[in-house]
Amino acid sequence: MSLDAKIPQGPLAEKWSKHKFNLKLVNPANKRKYDVIVVGTGLAGGAAAASLAELGYNVKAFCFQDSPRRAHSIAAQGGINAAKNYQNDGDSVYRLFYDTIKGGDYRAREGNVYRLAEVSVNIIDQCVAQGVPFAREYGGLLDNRSFGGSQVSRTFYARGQTGQQLLLGAYSALNRQIHLGKVKMYTRTEMLDVVVVDGQAKGIVTRNLITGEIETHSGHAVLLGTGGYGNVFYLSTNAMGSNVTAAWRAHKRGAFFANPCFTQIHPTCIPVTGDHQSKLTLMSESLRNDGRVWAPKTVETAEKLRKGQLKAADVKEDDRDYFLERKYPSFGNLVPRDVASRNAKEMVDDNRGVGASGIAVFLDFADAINRLGKDAVAAKYGNLFDMYYQITNEDPYTQPMRIYPAVHYTMGGLWVDYNLSTNIPGLYALGECNFSDHGANRLGASALMQGLADGYFVIPYTLGDYLATIGPKPVDTNHPAFAKTKQETVDRINKLLSLKGTRTVDDYHRSLGHIMWEYCGMARTEEGLTKAKGLISDLRADFWKNVIVVGENDEINPALEKAGRVADFLELGELMVDDALMRRESCGGHFRLESQTPEGEALRDDDNFAFVAAWEYKADNQPEVLHKEVLDFEFVHLTQRSYK
Amino acid sequence: MSNGNMNLTLKVWRQKNAETKGAFATYKAEGISPDMSFLEMLDVVNEGLILKGDEPINFDHDCREGICGMCSLYINGHPHGPKNAITTCQLHMRSFHDGETIVIEPWRAAAFPVIKDLAVDRSSFDRIQQAGGFVSVNTGVTVDANEIPIPKVIADEAFNSATCIGCGACVAACKNASAMLFVSAKVSQLAMLPQGQPERWSRVQAMVAQMDEEGFGNCTNTGACEAECPKEIKMTNISRMNNDYFSAKLFREESTHEHAAGE
Repeated sequence: MSLDAKIPQGPLAEKWSKHKFNLKLVNPANKRKYDVIVVGTGLAGGAAAASLAELGYNVKAFCFQDSPRRAHSIAAQGGINAAKNYQNDGDSVYRLFYDTIKGGDYRAREGNVYRLAEVSVNIIDQCVAQGVPFAREYGGLLDNRSFGGSQVSRTFYARGQTGQQLLLGAYSALNRQIHLGKVKMYTRTEMLDVVVVDGQAKGIVTRNLITGEIETHSGHAVLLGTGGYGNVFYLSTNAMGSNVTAAWRAHKRGAFFANPCFTQIHPTCIPVTGDHQSKLTLMSESLRNDGRVWAPKTVETAEKLRKGQLKAADVKEDDRDYFLERKYPSFGNLVPRDVASRNAKEMVDDNRGVGASGIAVFLDFADAINRLGKDAVAAKYGNLFDMYYQITNEDPYTQPMRIYPAVHYTMGGLWVDYNLSTNIPGLYALGECNFSDHGANRLGASALMQGLADGYFVIPYTLGDYLATIGPKPVDTNHPAFAKTKQETVDRINKLLSLKGTRTVDDYHRSLGHIMWEYCGMARTEEGLTKAKGLISDLRADFWKNVIVVGENDEINPALEKAGRVADFLELGELMVDDALMRRESCGGHFRLESQTPEGEALRDDDNFAFVAAWEYKADNQPEVLHKEVLDFEFVHLTQRSYK
Repeated sequence: MSNGNMNLTLKVWRQKNAETKGAFATYKAEGISPDMSFLEMLDVVNEGLILKGDEPINFDHDCREGICGMCSLYINGHPHGPKNAITTCQLHMRSFHDGETIVIEPWRAAAFPVIKDLAVDRSSFDRIQQAGGFVSVNTGVTVDANEIPIPKVIADEAFNSATCIGCGACVAACKNASAMLFVSAKVSQLAMLPQGQPERWSRVQAMVAQMDEEGFGNCTNTGACEAECPKEIKMTNISRMNNDYFSAKLFREESTHEHAAGE
């Protein structure tokens, strides 16, 4: 099967406009004859559901949380990029496009990324119109700040809770459509499979998380906005419920999974304190605007700090190594996430880590407090400082934060074309659950941008083309595919409940996380990955023999919910390892120790790996088949990324 | 798997579903680390229950970083526990002492029926917002963002209202189970902003009407809601909403039309 990304021909700046003109339209009177299923109500799913309902389609929206407002987009702290150039500092659509392509280490499509930069300006207009309270200047106009990997101030923000405010905007638009009867909302409902009829997606299978009822829902198209799979690592900044199941079930029904090994390890998270840890908390990247990252220069100083014999504030300037400023003088503490994370790991590997565990570096605000005053720092970062204090019981105003990288975002996901369509007609993937726009590394403040771009400004156009092509004939829910897919879901649940083994789901999940972090984390090798593949395969086999899931299906059963999700992570983990093994180059978040420059930076191999790796599922425990979508760079010249 | 030395006794509300009567059950939480979050402590207890073949304690939680609003425990008589201005997921065991007995209950309110153990149904909050908590603007039909300047003081005040995470602690804290703090925060955010003006009067009436229909109690200005709110939402929102509500009822003729949601 050939992969056609359907990128329109022509100059970059005209691609999207021309494409929109060429897309077929659905007559306004016919729109109400179409049903569209949207799974997930975060920025991508929520924005899509609302926008499609506004156009007149009948939308059925699903989320596993108790309210659409709790989707994990809510937790994004820092901001959202847009090429508004309100600061007159040299920004433009082209610069945002260029920064994003470069930041992604040249593993994203030019056409997609340009479109993302182009619609970024509309997103801000839309959100402000909804009443999203972005930060403002005294003159009443919108404020901006700079963010990692960028030298212009293009990031719009809402204190440290930009995600919540943007999501509440999308949620309010969704609420309006629920009120009007154009969206039927299903909360506490989890999608467990997609129904494919004659090669086209026509519905989903869900489990009601309160009653356990397994149901099928039909639609002319199915849109997934189900987020990323960072929880494959067990510990991540994702919410406890974030999972890959919807995307993975779609993959097993034929949708290709692209670049699964591209995961983002965020540099500034609160370090792990013990085995009980259930999640890791991000400290917004915006902190690197004023915080300085350092580690002690010598192992001796580090040891004193670890034993509590020396306080960080008492370490002399000369004994500190501001390693990012030293190695990257032009970007300093604002280097992209992958670079900052790897450098922190180097310090710890060099035995210069701090904190009781020795697995942390410092993020220091002493200079900023001296320069700006405590109040100004509190106004900018107060809620983040409070959160840090709650979790660690340490006051970041008087001693530096301890930070360490943690899994935060997954650039890989379902393969989609320019229209956000997977290779299964009628099945679309939006936001983090697709692979499309961030290449091998996502720049800060780009996730919210992509989720809303897909939901508000891309899918409302591209979906119409497909719907106009298939026509409004009602979906035949009597087709045997509905009953068959439902039965397979029931069988799988019964299997999990019948095992009655001796190890808990969390215990398996924790083991999987250890394997992934150790061998498929910040530094990857042929040897380690090969070992991980065996370990995951063994763990998966053991899971299906020895896992214990108490309770029944027909009740609220979080252990059962989690068992299904972990079962899918155990399959995805192996594919991530396969992908990382195949990609014998370093790029962005994927760092193969065998492929680095003499200075220790990621070394790409453009001749052999300038492609999207799209994996096709064949059968359980069978190798997946690799399809390559070659990336053409027509407008940008590929260079070694340098932030020095 | 635990790595601490605190030993606690938990009295936990167990209730199979909305139709069944609930009761307290007692559990030991042993080897608890002061660095654990409260929810991680419950995770440890649940792992132990599962290994014994018992049903784990059901509680709502998701982001575990204090913003999704999903966690909802009533701990030792306080929503989200004894500390101010945090959610349960941000509460750490260092706030308790070794040997302590901790009582854990669900939110108690007629409009928040228990669905299992410590989890309640808060869909009433969604319905209140569906009734009018929005600006009727379709995707794409907008002006440039900077064409709507908003004085910083107003933007900041609207932001303070907008920080509400919809957890329901205000209702749980109130002896009348009133939802006034929540609803007024939502009403106020849009009432203060220029974008919210065209529907200001119809919005407040529609949302208050829905609030009443859901069976929330009346406000008697006790102030427990403000004291317990993890995001420190102020009662001035309630005054603002009352003011708008009476203005709408008494003086705003256009607001007597049903909230049209922009059709």
